[in-house]
Amino acid sequence: MEFTLKTFIFYGFALMTIASALAVVTVRNIVHAAFALMVTLFGVAGLYVFLQADFLAATQVIVYVGGILVLILFGVMMTSGRLEMRIHIERGQLLLGGGISLALLMLLLTVIANTPIWKNLTDDGTQLAPTTERIGQLILNEKFLLPFEVVSVLLLVALIGAALISRKEVRD
Amino acid sequence: MSLQHYLVISSILFSLGIFAVLTRKNAISILMGIELILNSCNLNFVAFSRFVTPAETIVGSEVFRFDGQIIAIFGIVLAAAEAAVFLAIILAIYREFGSIRPDEVDTLKG
Repeated sequence: MEFTLKTFIFYGFALMTIASALAVVTVRNIVHAAFALMVTLFGVAGLYVFLQADFLAATQVIVYVGGILVLILFGVMMTSGRLEMRIHIERGQLLLGGGISLALLMLLLTVIANTPIWKNLTDDGTQLAPTTERIGQLILNEKFLLPFEVVSVLLLVALIGAALISRKEVRD
Repeated sequence: MSLQHYLVISSILFSLGIFAVLTRKNAISILMGIELILNSCNLNFVAFSRFVTPAETIVGSEVFRFDGQIIAIFGIVLAAAEAAVFLAIILAIYREFGSIRPDEVDTLKG
């Protein structure tokens, strides 16, 4: 693989994603962790661009960074006093969790390295047309119509339930 | 860039998310770990749909299948719903117990 500007940018995005994800799980201050999560989500959006998923990259930035991350920050503001901003971690749990996740990572990497049909699947460099039009047709006109309707009802139910759970209880 | 690059990135993200879920003592940090896990799953879906599934042909020009991308969109929707319900439950727990440490919420513990 020749080392072009494209591979350089790809490795930049990959490094940005992994380093900030590492910051999310290690930083002691929860607000810093939330902002590191923002960098991770932007990095994943960049990787989507490399996978020629332009609509998905835009959706990732709008929904995750604009929606879920703001929700998380509101959660931090409403539930953490000054003392609880810092995260306390026990040592034994740290060793156990680290061991389990490291073993999981080794298992996944072994599988990835040893599956023969996943080898040599490289980017052939074809430029795709913008995906938005085709995705819209598939969701609203073709085989994904029913899942789309089901997931929209589910989103409505979840949001009504969230509003119901989080409001103050009215006693009469 | 091969498929394996993306798979390695997403498995690292997945392990970091599992690590956060297992070790963190704050419910919102656990939510961040779950978001990392969901992101790694979506990245896997999109990478496999880019590299493994055969191309479909639409009037002359060849394009790739979008099944993985659409499933990733559904995954983002589910993550949004999950985050909303999760934070609502956290607010209710904070009002009831005055803390969001998961091990202090043990009313149902026998």
